[in-house]
Amino acid sequence: MSTAQAMTKPGAFPFGQTIAALLSGALFGAGLVISGMSNPHKVLNFLALDAQWDPSLLVVMGAATLTALIGFRLAWRRQTPLFDEQFHLPTRRDIDRPLVLGALLFGLGWGIAGYCPGPALTATLIAPAEGLWFVASMLIGMMAQRFLARNKAAA
Amino acid sequence: MTELTTFTPASAALGGVLIGLAAVVFMASLGRIAGISGILGGLIASPRGSWSWRLAFLIGLLLTSLATWRLMPDAFVPREGFPLPLLILAGLLVGFGTSLGNGCTSGHGVCGLSRLSVRSLVAVMVFMAAGVATATILRMVFWS
Repeated sequence: MSTAQAMTKPGAFPFGQTIAALLSGALFGAGLVISGMSNPHKVLNFLALDAQWDPSLLVVMGAATLTALIGFRLAWRRQTPLFDEQFHLPTRRDIDRPLVLGALLFGLGWGIAGYCPGPALTATLIAPAEGLWFVASMLIGMMAQRFLARNKAAA
Repeated sequence: MTELTTFTPASAALGGVLIGLAAVVFMASLGRIAGISGILGGLIASPRGSWSWRLAFLIGLLLTSLATWRLMPDAFVPREGFPLPLLILAGLLVGFGTSLGNGCTSGHGVCGLSRLSVRSLVAVMVFMAAGVATATILRMVFWS
């Protein structure tokens, strides 16, 4: 990711990028609420395998993935994206410890409160009593990881 | 603590398609993975030249989530009484974990799976298993 970011020419397509990102975020936010993914009750009723099991989130993930599966391939027919000089796709293929440990810790947190990052952001406005605490903690967690990684790299 | 929810396949599918379209718009126009944790994390690290689209994405997400909820307030009633220490612990884990593992439900889940990425498939299997185990055990032990 860092190499891809370093290659980005800043401000090459600022207006188009900003408007497209705004549109994408807008679709994402509406999708999170309509799908029920913003509702931690619904998320936990999917993750907790008991008599109340609610499979809705499987449908959300399936529909989103299928849409992207088709749409990405249409987008990749162009040599470049509309507002950048190249695609910035992850190139790593190794299954390493940080990937697995990171996913494990994320899953733990997700299973405790029922928020992954997107729904946590929507909760800052529609359920601020929980959302603000959760997002503040999440940002601290992100910064802590980056701080540790930087120290490790410097050592 | 737990509130019953019903299986809602139609709204789940509609919302899922919108999330997928968001990822497609992002890929077609910026050429990037629409991963929430990555977009947010990059804003903290603030690499030069990328803050405007990151911020625009987040503003769009916040505005329409609020507007959509206003239009369909029955979509959910905010949870009450969830223990604050658990909420903070969960937030720390989600932030640390998505940063360490380079992705969350959107980046590894929706985008990674549709790119047929093996790394993302592994991440999804691990965080799904961890999420299912955690939620199931917590409910059995504490909230039944």
